[in-house]
Amino acid sequence: MIPPVLRLGRTFSVRLAPRGAAACAVLAAATAAVALVSLGDGEVRIPLPDVVAALTGRAGGLERTVVVGWRLPRVLLAVLLGAALGMSGAVFQSYTRNPLGSPDVIGFGTGAHTGALVAMILLGGSYPQVAAGALAGGFGTAVLVYLAAGRGGVRGARLIISGIAIAAMLAGLNTWLMTAAKMEVAMAAAAWGAGTLNGVGWEQARPAIAVLALLLPAAALLSRPMRQLELGRDTATALGLRTTATETAMITIGVALTATATAAAGPVAFIALAAPQIGRRLARSAGTALAPAAFTGAFLLVTADWLARTLFAPAQLPVGVLTVVLGGLYLLWLLIRQARSPGA
Amino acid sequence: MSAKRTDHRTLWLAAAAAAVLLAAASSVAVGAQDLPITDLWHGLWARDGSHEARLVWGSRVPRTVLGLIVGACLGLSGALIQGYTRNPLADPGLIGVNAGAGLAVALAAGTLGVTTVTGQVWFAMGGALVAAVAGYLAGSAGARGPSPLRLTLAGLALGALLTGITSGLALLDPRAFEQGRAWSAGSLTGRDLGTAWTLLPFLAAGLVLALACARALNAVALGEETATALGLGVNRLRATLVAAVALLAGTATAAAGPIGFVGLMVPHAARWAVGNDQRWVLACTLLLAPALLLSADVAARVLLSPDELPVGVVTAFLGGPALLAVVRTRRLGGS
Repeated sequence: MIPPVLRLGRTFSVRLAPRGAAACAVLAAATAAVALVSLGDGEVRIPLPDVVAALTGRAGGLERTVVVGWRLPRVLLAVLLGAALGMSGAVFQSYTRNPLGSPDVIGFGTGAHTGALVAMILLGGSYPQVAAGALAGGFGTAVLVYLAAGRGGVRGARLIISGIAIAAMLAGLNTWLMTAAKMEVAMAAAAWGAGTLNGVGWEQARPAIAVLALLLPAAALLSRPMRQLELGRDTATALGLRTTATETAMITIGVALTATATAAAGPVAFIALAAPQIGRRLARSAGTALAPAAFTGAFLLVTADWLARTLFAPAQLPVGVLTVVLGGLYLLWLLIRQARSPGA
Repeated sequence: MSAKRTDHRTLWLAAAAAAVLLAAASSVAVGAQDLPITDLWHGLWARDGSHEARLVWGSRVPRTVLGLIVGACLGLSGALIQGYTRNPLADPGLIGVNAGAGLAVALAAGTLGVTTVTGQVWFAMGGALVAAVAGYLAGSAGARGPSPLRLTLAGLALGALLTGITSGLALLDPRAFEQGRAWSAGSLTGRDLGTAWTLLPFLAAGLVLALACARALNAVALGEETATALGLGVNRLRATLVAAVALLAGTATAAAGPIGFVGLMVPHAARWAVGNDQRWVLACTLLLAPALLLSADVAARVLLSPDELPVGVVTAFLGGPALLAVVRTRRLGGS
């Protein structure tokens, strides 16, 4: 069966795999459902019809303030950052052709934490300073890992181990920075370092949403060249793809997505690692698929954030603590499965 | 085995012994407070309650003894894991064993109120045991058996998982966070001499178990089938090994927090010096690992004087490049 194709003009066309589209639709519905539940849940409980009324502007007063003013920016950011992380993971995994290739594994998160810690402890730590510090740290570390892996080491074991090595060094540095800081600063820094959406309001959410509104569609455009590239550079070249340009675009957009997420919420672990793989299995697609990865990421992060916010109420866990635990379990499962399947 | 080769190994062992003595001496001599050598000598021999005596016996000697014990524990556990899994990247810190011990200590402190080292040691060993077994099972599942990269990644995943739970617990309870903060960097400070001595039996037990494994490890290096054919009980070896690793890594973590990379670097250096015979590797590691840890600790005191770095930070900065060097020189099977 030849799957239907969606065309927009001459240049843009998407092959619609029915199974993939169905998976995306189900994931989107699930994400929306969890988002609605999350908007109603918390210290002030708001029943579902009232949540919808507040969102559509038919309710005012306290309900609207709680739902739209307090909880919506956080939930919306969770959805978007989840999608961003899922896509960036898909791009990295496609590029490294390794299901373990993700910004976490190559040390981006740890480096971003170092940068943010420096901003928090030495510069005072306003939100823009922390975001800038995180970006500098993350990019710096990614470059360092890339260089340390050496020539020909981009795909495979060397890159991963170089990432582990440099991340371990930075983790040592981070721990020390934390011990040197005051208790309150250290605790805020630890929460940030785990990745957290606690205390996110519209003023923090707005810039991230604006950036992602540009980046997410840009990433979606990579979908087709990425699949061609997965066939191998030679084949892709023969198909008329400019491989170097595509690879540069992939790395740029992948890093930019992670960077935005990290600047907004800290290094939320493992979503980028897990979402592409789960999405790919749900959609039963052959290669790394961007759309399922994005929807899975959104679903995972919005669910994790809801649980992190309400599970131990009144205390709030950083969402990253939850994702690292779930993601660690997932990675273990992935390794076991990979080993069992013949020839993987 | 030629006599010349044996001489060569004995020389290396003697050099390692000299290194550990030198490191221990400088660990007693160097510190935040500049103490002239004559005062130091006086403090060391005249336990008369003078300032020098209190400084030497109250702070520097305990720290040195603790460093010797913890270093030996870390090195031996690393050598055992590397010897058995033939994973050049194995280190109790890197494969999640220390994280397991850390979580167990945090749980014991948080729920049962266990805060003494002697109490924590048991929990740390339990945690290390569970993590070591789980990491090995996850990394070696499937028909193709364990590969270094898969074992490392399984350990990484496990470590992330366990550290995540630990930090979640800490973030929910500010008091626990404050207590865990200094410990989690890995440090040899703040323990008295009595505490240090109570750890010695644990090291001794671990050492006995490790030496009991050494010959069998040499046989396993020929492949497990060959080893079985030679009449070796592979299951018994595994059980002894896991017990030894948990005992050693648990003791080290309970005493000094999670200190990484000592267990990674030293066995490599030892193998380079004395060859692949595990008995020699273990003996050499037993001497070199404390030498390395104490040197790192001296550096930790001197580098930012009068402030101090936690020794775990220094070992991480030595270990990262060492790990990179290992990756660049060795082929890693599997993906």
